[in-house]
Amino acid sequence: MLKVGIAAYGTTPFTIDEQKIESVLLKSTKNLFENNSKINKKDIDAVLVSTNNNSKYLSPILSEMAGIQPKIAHSIESLCNSGTNSIVSAYSYIASGLAEMILISGAERHDSPGQILQWDNSRGEFKHPIFWASIFTKSYKREFSISDERLAVVSVKNHKQAKENPNAYSNKTYTVQDVMNSKKLTDDLKLLDCSRPCTGSASIILATEELTKNITDNPVWITGIGQKTTSASFTKNKSFTSMESTKLAAQSALKMSNHTANDIDVAEIHDAFSVCEPMALESLGFSDYGEGLDLVDELYETNNFKINPRGGLIGSGHPLGATGISQTIEITQQLQSNANNRQVDDANIGLIHNMSAAATSSTVLVLEK
Amino acid sequence: MNFESELSKGKFMIPECSVCKKIVWPPTEFCDDCFGPVSLKNGEFEGKIIEFSKQNNDYFCIIEFESTIKIMAKMSEIPEVGQMVKISKCGISNEGYFFYVN
Repeated sequence: MLKVGIAAYGTTPFTIDEQKIESVLLKSTKNLFENNSKINKKDIDAVLVSTNNNSKYLSPILSEMAGIQPKIAHSIESLCNSGTNSIVSAYSYIASGLAEMILISGAERHDSPGQILQWDNSRGEFKHPIFWASIFTKSYKREFSISDERLAVVSVKNHKQAKENPNAYSNKTYTVQDVMNSKKLTDDLKLLDCSRPCTGSASIILATEELTKNITDNPVWITGIGQKTTSASFTKNKSFTSMESTKLAAQSALKMSNHTANDIDVAEIHDAFSVCEPMALESLGFSDYGEGLDLVDELYETNNFKINPRGGLIGSGHPLGATGISQTIEITQQLQSNANNRQVDDANIGLIHNMSAAATSSTVLVLEK
Repeated sequence: MNFESELSKGKFMIPECSVCKKIVWPPTEFCDDCFGPVSLKNGEFEGKIIEFSKQNNDYFCIIEFESTIKIMAKMSEIPEVGQMVKISKCGISNEGYFFYVN
């Protein structure tokens, strides 16, 4: 396979503003071109749009608005991990030689239809994500004797880190008590345990080795890809205390990159709800089972931004189709030593974990300088 | 007769492949293993509470039937993990399924 690099990126702030999906897509694309004047639009072979939005043929629309006439133009949707699915598709086009440079733009509005899964009738009337998250939380607390206060540290840490991210939805810090006192959604979930659906967009350019080196002096390479879908129904998860699809995707991605979890210097992981962070840390291999919160505590107490430096989904907000791309941009900036106050020391190898549909599907990427 | 037409009448049946006898869940027309036609198994099924949480005055539980299929159902009494329950009411509302257990 041919080597594939990340050559450029752009983003919008994540907000709850009312904006058309076409407008928000164009804004992150515009930002990408403003960030890198060396990109020639004529070199872009494909435009892929990552979104759950029901608007039609958004990729040709974005191409038209941005003055690009690509050979390949289509949308990609896979709920919350649409973004990394789009990156994997772009990687495949380039690695196979079908394309040399691809623009991937992800966007969502705060009222995305991707939040409610009509297919998953085994959930009965409990289709909103807070219900699967409550079951995960209750099971995790029961299995490992974890208190709500301990889980709240995830939200405290990620909001603190998001304060250093100028594009994050949240600009506030919270205490454990603030999280505990926030609106009770269920017996096992408070408002501040949840990522917020919002409006936002993130765009990235992937290219061949030669074109990447022509565009940027700081190339970052995709060296590992792992994906796994176990089902489309939350209740078919074998465990409610670990993430099987994440574990399998991580094994594939790390094997492809010839690394182990111990080699990873910085990671963006899919903390859709507080409990997801320790569960993902364990399933990715960063912690033993039941010990993910020990790592979260340690990172918080030492002001170490290794996990979710941009603030994760809880701090940054979660515009579904943009999230995986935004995570990838953050790790790229970290490896380029370009993450300002969020910068992790000696970041050479990074990981992205992006999942969907109550952890029934996961994508893991490994990036390197 | 299919799963949804029976469910809409308030009857919970278990979909099973008429060829290989595998329970097929969520219910579809054909077996997810051998693509054989799916038929419905009748019975007074008992399910086991695997996990639960609570919103306002209602508990919502994960219930496992036949050691194979799981659903989320509403329960008014305090549940216990491992407790055996039966479906007391079920149906389709706003194109979605609903289940009550006790």
